Amino acid sequence: MFVVTALTSQELAKIESHIAAHKNMPGALMPLLHAIQDDIGWISEEAYLPISKALALSVAEVHGVVTFYHHFHRHPVGKHVLQVCRAESCQAMGSEKLEAHIKQTLGIDYHETTKDGAVTLLPVYCLGNCACSPAVMMDDEVYGRVDAAKVAELISEARNA
Amino acid sequence: MVIKVYVPRDSSALSLGADRTAKAIVAEAQKRGITIELIRNGSRGLFWLEPFVEVATSKGRVAYAPVQPKDVVSLFDADFLNGGAHALNLGLTEELEWLKKQQRLTFARVGITDPVSLEDYLAHDGYKGLQNALKLSGVEIVKTVTDSGLRGRGGAAFPTGIKWNTVLACKADQKYIVCNADEGDSGTYSDRMIMEDDPFVLIEGMTIAGVAVGATQGYIYLRSEYPHALKVLNEAIAKAEKAGYLGDKICGSSHTFNLEVRRAAGAYICGEETSLLESLEGKRGQVRFKPPLPAIEGLFGKPTVVNNVISLATVPIILDKGAQYYADYGMGRSRGTLPIQLAGNIKHGGLVELAFGATLRELLYDFGGGSATGKPIRAVQVGGPLGAFLPESQFDTPLDYEAFTNIWAVLGHGGIVAFDDTVDMAKMARYAFEFCAIESCGKCTPCRIGSTRGVEVIDKIIAGTDRVKNIKLVRDLSDTMLNGSLCALGGMTPYPVLSAMNHFPEDFEAVKS
Repeated sequence: MFVVTALTSQELAKIESHIAAHKNMPGALMPLLHAIQDDIGWISEEAYLPISKALALSVAEVHGVVTFYHHFHRHPVGKHVLQVCRAESCQAMGSEKLEAHIKQTLGIDYHETTKDGAVTLLPVYCLGNCACSPAVMMDDEVYGRVDAAKVAELISEARNA
Repeated sequence: MVIKVYVPRDSSALSLGADRTAKAIVAEAQKRGITIELIRNGSRGLFWLEPFVEVATSKGRVAYAPVQPKDVVSLFDADFLNGGAHALNLGLTEELEWLKKQQRLTFARVGITDPVSLEDYLAHDGYKGLQNALKLSGVEIVKTVTDSGLRGRGGAAFPTGIKWNTVLACKADQKYIVCNADEGDSGTYSDRMIMEDDPFVLIEGMTIAGVAVGATQGYIYLRSEYPHALKVLNEAIAKAEKAGYLGDKICGSSHTFNLEVRRAAGAYICGEETSLLESLEGKRGQVRFKPPLPAIEGLFGKPTVVNNVISLATVPIILDKGAQYYADYGMGRSRGTLPIQLAGNIKHGGLVELAFGATLRELLYDFGGGSATGKPIRAVQVGGPLGAFLPESQFDTPLDYEAFTNIWAVLGHGGIVAFDDTVDMAKMARYAFEFCAIESCGKCTPCRIGSTRGVEVIDKIIAGTDRVKNIKLVRDLSDTMLNGSLCALGGMTPYPVLSAMNHFPEDFEAVKS
């Protein structure tokens, strides 16, 4: 497989240390992938081989797990990740218009990153904030009753942070 | 005496600015040289009023809501710390009609206590259920849960006691308790509230389950969209361990129970119990064939109780107050209470815990206050993305598992999403198929292929191409998915699709501009 972004030697060392810390856990793969993504921001295919060796899996099995879950990023993401809820409760409160507005404001579609590298835009299916729809999540913070003004504030904070 | 001020730390409260409100209150108190004790409690569940600030007075807790930072100076000027009059003063929290009309059993402490304070939990009847359970045999605990009539609150409504009994009867060197906290249904947030606002009740419920069936290890499989719940749960687990409520010889007994939170990774299908177990084992979250039942061969092939957050969080009050106390609430075969979540286009959205039997109309209008936009409520979807859409003519259906089954609908996890009259039901039917296509695990053909074909056929109907023929095709496809899918994702996607077509045929007839 063609690797677009090569990991630095520090990043590879971090991956090795996460593997060492997790390999003896029962069902280690998911916590390990989370640890790698929390630390480096994404999961590179370069990590597959060392993971597969440590957990006695095939590279294909590791690839299969990484690609199954929406949460795992297979490419580097922006400095901030903006998730916009597309589920029914938010639809009932006009999330379709909000989605279009956010895409237009950022000039990108879902699964893309702004040119300045500030924001990666992702769809999400429910943030559990359904009494305050429409909802979005910037990194680990959820926002409710989001309108154009709130979007502008969040994007400006993300660009300046 | 230092005055206690409560500002919720629940995600929904935070999503509306509760942190900023809390900071503003602390800053203003400092400026005025007043010492206050700020408590970050859970939410009372009146989400249209968040940030919902409370002040402890001699008469009880007085509510001021919704409080934005700009309101804080005037609140201090109005002596809100002593319950002073102000436009935002709602009176005593306990006297609010919206709360008084509820029957909060599972949510008894939610919004009242500091979620991560074990002392607060103990002071509000915490761990009484476990203390009782430790005096009983496994058989007696399981019998209590069975007699309470508690059924799986995740949506399937399978009797919890019967599931536990199967695990109890298995002989194995290791058994597991797994909490399904992958609350992916749109319109639901009661699991999140329990985990963020009263985490010890879930920990206690899982511990009782472990003691009952002889399981020594528990896992909470938590969706990755809930980072706040993750922090709160880990903090609460650490405190419970330190105080001897988790670990070896819990509370001085001979029982061991360890608990760990595992993060999911954004796959809706992992709310299905067998794919959840696959994911916990570190695999793709693909659905397993049943049998074997997870109760017999579950996590790592061992007997496993898999229960939803609400089911487990309801166990402590049953063990505390007795099976009969819980069973006295409810109707028919739906015993006890259901934490209902009002969502979508609703004026007063929030958490309403009631005995089974209240009607949808009472929920939508008496509690919900009608739509947020002020327009008529045209449709509601109950039970998440796999639940049926109900028209106004069905709003008098009581919230009861069997009553919903009788009208070809599901109560599910108790989420109610309201839509006003601008909703396009053909679009909603399309979305149901689209969601199924995005989230299908791919193991069975009706779900994997059927969902994508469904989107295509609905697109033709919306475009006005061979409408009669294509409507028939959607019905045929739905029949295949209903009867041929391996799990509820493919098997229930036809619920929203067909209910939309059956109750709102006009939306599938004319070409809309």
